[in-house]
Amino acid sequence: MYSPPFEYVRASSWEEAVAALERGDDDAHVLAGGQSLVPMMMLGLAAPSLLVDVGGAGERTIERRDGALVLSALVRHIELEQSDVVREACPMLSEAVRHIGNVRVRHRGTIGGSLAHAESTAELATVAVAQRATVRVLGPRGRRTVPAAELFVTHLTTSLEPGEVLTGVEFPTAEASGSGSCFLEIARRAGDFAMVEVAATVSVDQEGRCNDVRLVVGAVADRPADVSDAAQALIGARPEQPAVAELARAVADEVEIGPSSHAGEEYRREMVAVLVERAVGAAAERAEP
Amino acid sequence: MSKHEISLQVNGRPVEAVVEPNMSLLELLRTQAGASEVKLGCGEGVCGTCTVLLAGEPVNSCLVFAVQAEGHEVTTVRGLAGEGEELHPLQRSFLEHAGSQCGFCTPGMLLTAKWYLDGHPAAGREELRAALAGNLCRCTGYTKILDAVEAYRDLEVTHVD
Repeated sequence: MYSPPFEYVRASSWEEAVAALERGDDDAHVLAGGQSLVPMMMLGLAAPSLLVDVGGAGERTIERRDGALVLSALVRHIELEQSDVVREACPMLSEAVRHIGNVRVRHRGTIGGSLAHAESTAELATVAVAQRATVRVLGPRGRRTVPAAELFVTHLTTSLEPGEVLTGVEFPTAEASGSGSCFLEIARRAGDFAMVEVAATVSVDQEGRCNDVRLVVGAVADRPADVSDAAQALIGARPEQPAVAELARAVADEVEIGPSSHAGEEYRREMVAVLVERAVGAAAERAEP
Repeated sequence: MSKHEISLQVNGRPVEAVVEPNMSLLELLRTQAGASEVKLGCGEGVCGTCTVLLAGEPVNSCLVFAVQAEGHEVTTVRGLAGEGEELHPLQRSFLEHAGSQCGFCTPGMLLTAKWYLDGHPAAGREELRAALAGNLCRCTGYTKILDAVEAYRDLEVTHVD
């Protein structure tokens, strides 16, 4: 089985990758772990003229510094899954990454590749928006950072300019105490594309009353939807029933559900309600005042 | 397409080849390294049939280009058994527990199970089920496959004790 033909360049630094992309035409593409792009090539859905392999462009570093978890774009899903640093600094990331594909996909797939590919059901995109992550970008005109909320434009499309390469991601680390998070998803089979994803973070004060709720729904539209505004009714209240169920209903009624070949709109809207209720409940339980 | 010279190790043997960039590692193994034990299933990374260990880690050889394997060690199912050994104990366990029916998924099952148990020697059945969830058996012989993997695990654990 062969993909369409392409030229191949191995970049030994991010600068080299940018230069190689600049030399290529409009169909030049970055190759990271290749677990989404290569299947698309095999299926004839993508035919890049040039692949710039960034696998050796930098180190696969996971660091905690200045109130952030700083990840090289090359960090693989399996490394996120196994890292104690990630589990402590951003437990939602550890929880979400287990849902990605299978062990083989998680060994090759990278966080930078997943975010830059912007597949609409990607777990890491939903977590990046929920955790207010920022991506680091290098391009022909230098370095810049882009908040995750501004990165995802639509399915398979980011706001990165031609020639720009995503080199790293920063996740602000979990609030000191009184905050809990939860990531849940529903897929038809283990490892399959998610039909609904919910990422919830709940913070409570000394009395156990909610003082912040962040809620992102993924996989139901062309990009993750931040629906935190719809969750503000919970502020000042204890994150308990029936308030959580009411919140879940309100979010499900409001969220935009796009087309899907996996299940109808009505079903997925119901599942948004179910997962929001469960995720907010679990996040609240994990938030110790 | 410009061609690339690559060299890698397959089950400890050096392999050198000149490949076009769009040749998959799977294709290289089957056509230029004599490793026809690596099977093509879905060709999109879902079924696990083409699993090999690349630098000791399970990968979809259908989704890795041969050029990306440059300089690395590849282990196929044939590399499981040690020198002078006909079968690896895990393979014998598959035989004893009827963990193989048509046999097409077996190389991938063996390599994934071996890799996982090396890192998690006391893994329980549910944990093993999760680790093997990405390897599909169209004969649906999952129960016997897990029986075989568990029997091998117990053998190894006893061995260590």
